[in-house]
Amino acid sequence: MGKVVEIRWHGRGGQGAKTASLLLADAAFNTGKYIQGFPEYGPERMGAPITAYNRISDEKLTIHSNIYEPDYVVVVDDTLLTSVDVTAGLKEDGAIIVNTPKSPDEIRPLLKGYKGKVCTIDARTISIETLGRYFPNTPMLGAVVKVSKIMDEKEFLEDMVESFKHKFASKPEVVEGNIKALERSMQEVKGL
Amino acid sequence: MGIRERLSGNEATAIAMKQINPDVVAAFPITPSTEIPQYFSTFVADGVVDTEFIAVESEHSAMSACIGAQAAGGRAMTATSANGLAYMWEALYIAASSRLPIVLAAVNRALSGPINIHNDHSDTMGARDSGWIQIYSENNQEAYDNMLMAHRIGEHPDVMLPVMVCQDGFITSHAIENIELVEDDKVKAFVGEYKPEQYLLNKENPISVGPLDLQMHYFEHKRQQAQAMANAKKVILEVSEEFYKLTGRKYGLFEEYKTDDADVVIVVMNSTAGTVKYVVDQYREKGIKVGLIKPRVFRPFPVDELAEALSKFKAVAVLDKADSFNAAGGPLFTEVTSALFTKGIFGPKVINYIFGLGGRDVKSNDIEVVYEKLLEIASTGKVDSVYNYLGVRE
Repeated sequence: MGKVVEIRWHGRGGQGAKTASLLLADAAFNTGKYIQGFPEYGPERMGAPITAYNRISDEKLTIHSNIYEPDYVVVVDDTLLTSVDVTAGLKEDGAIIVNTPKSPDEIRPLLKGYKGKVCTIDARTISIETLGRYFPNTPMLGAVVKVSKIMDEKEFLEDMVESFKHKFASKPEVVEGNIKALERSMQEVKGL
Repeated sequence: MGIRERLSGNEATAIAMKQINPDVVAAFPITPSTEIPQYFSTFVADGVVDTEFIAVESEHSAMSACIGAQAAGGRAMTATSANGLAYMWEALYIAASSRLPIVLAAVNRALSGPINIHNDHSDTMGARDSGWIQIYSENNQEAYDNMLMAHRIGEHPDVMLPVMVCQDGFITSHAIENIELVEDDKVKAFVGEYKPEQYLLNKENPISVGPLDLQMHYFEHKRQQAQAMANAKKVILEVSEEFYKLTGRKYGLFEEYKTDDADVVIVVMNSTAGTVKYVVDQYREKGIKVGLIKPRVFRPFPVDELAEALSKFKAVAVLDKADSFNAAGGPLFTEVTSALFTKGIFGPKVINYIFGLGGRDVKSNDIEVVYEKLLEIASTGKVDSVYNYLGVRE
């Protein structure tokens, strides 16, 4: 069996954690991988904690359970750090990526003794400066690809240009902003 | 060959329906199947299908509209889940007994109560005696492939029965995974046109559908219906063989995974079979001979074939994602053991687990619990408990 990379996303309903996990699945699919992207549906309410998952592999995936020992955890909303056990089962040789303006050293004390890599990304600032509004998905996606190295960075960026052109065919003005958001997040993610 | 895509199970089903381009789709939304008519209605609005889409006010009406459309001579489809399927109940029986090959996408969800939107098989297991052919799907690919084969099976002159294509709610219906699609023109050629022998709108040969049918003929009609279900087995295999030639994807009445030299096997349907394959591979790496049998066709039940396949194992665990509340075993278990008994096969020790009700996640270590129990039974020959629950707090 080849290596399967497992990722767990924590967000709040309405913030797009599910969409971000699907974007990641798309990007990995476009580079030839086998992918799974699926949310864990609960009571669907704006603002309630939600979880989404990705599996990315070079070989066909058959398992259909949730992910309990992820390689990476992505936290789209840092207010979840005090209410959800985000590092549960997270592998020590993996990493957690948190959307926050704070540094990894400031976040680590909130992570219940997690000893692995802690990365932070200020997705809010990047999003507002590149897209004019708060859409954390694109910068989070860039940060996950940078930290997890699941795809070649250059190939990923080239593919995303095409993907955004297709997705935003009716509003081409946002393509450049999204690419900029990806590039900036890949440069600015802290704790590598 | 084929188109590499990534789609959820619901998207894959809607695309199959687009490629089939039926005459009528009548549906009422219910989680987790809602997306199927939702996506399909956009195909209607965009003019990419010729289908008449009927946005009915209930599932009872959805099935009734399908019955009307199919009886008129058209090809009708719908999608539903759980209580939606339950609300279709009396119409399901009418569709089957009127010999109308309607196709229904069933996205399995726990039947209330208590109210729950997540997956188990209590909805379609409840409909198992309604006279519908039932085909189960492990993932998005199988949900799509089974949908492409459904009309060919149901509409065969020796069959003429409605077909339910089942997949697990959320687990596969809402999970994006790789899939290989068949080109539109190939689907069109494969599915072909529906040419019923008798239909309401045929003015050359007027008929009535659904009249009163009392002591004189009712029993004969039910006997013919039963024969049609028996005939379906051969037709399913023929259509699956033709589909294999088209796509290279092989389907039978059930799938055997690493069973050739296996001592013990798990029998389970739909998405959990995929998780079991993952666990089988791990056991095999350690040299432990375990396998999987995944029933694809539950109606008609492959009695002879399944009994024969199971006869060589020392121990078998049947996993049911629905309880029968008969205080004795789940529906798949009772059918499997009945098949073994009637074929005079008493070799394998067979146990049952009820699992995953209401969307309780099935982890790989839950499956390991079952294999460990089976290996213990295989070595000791002793069964301490036949009817069990897996992954429940008690």
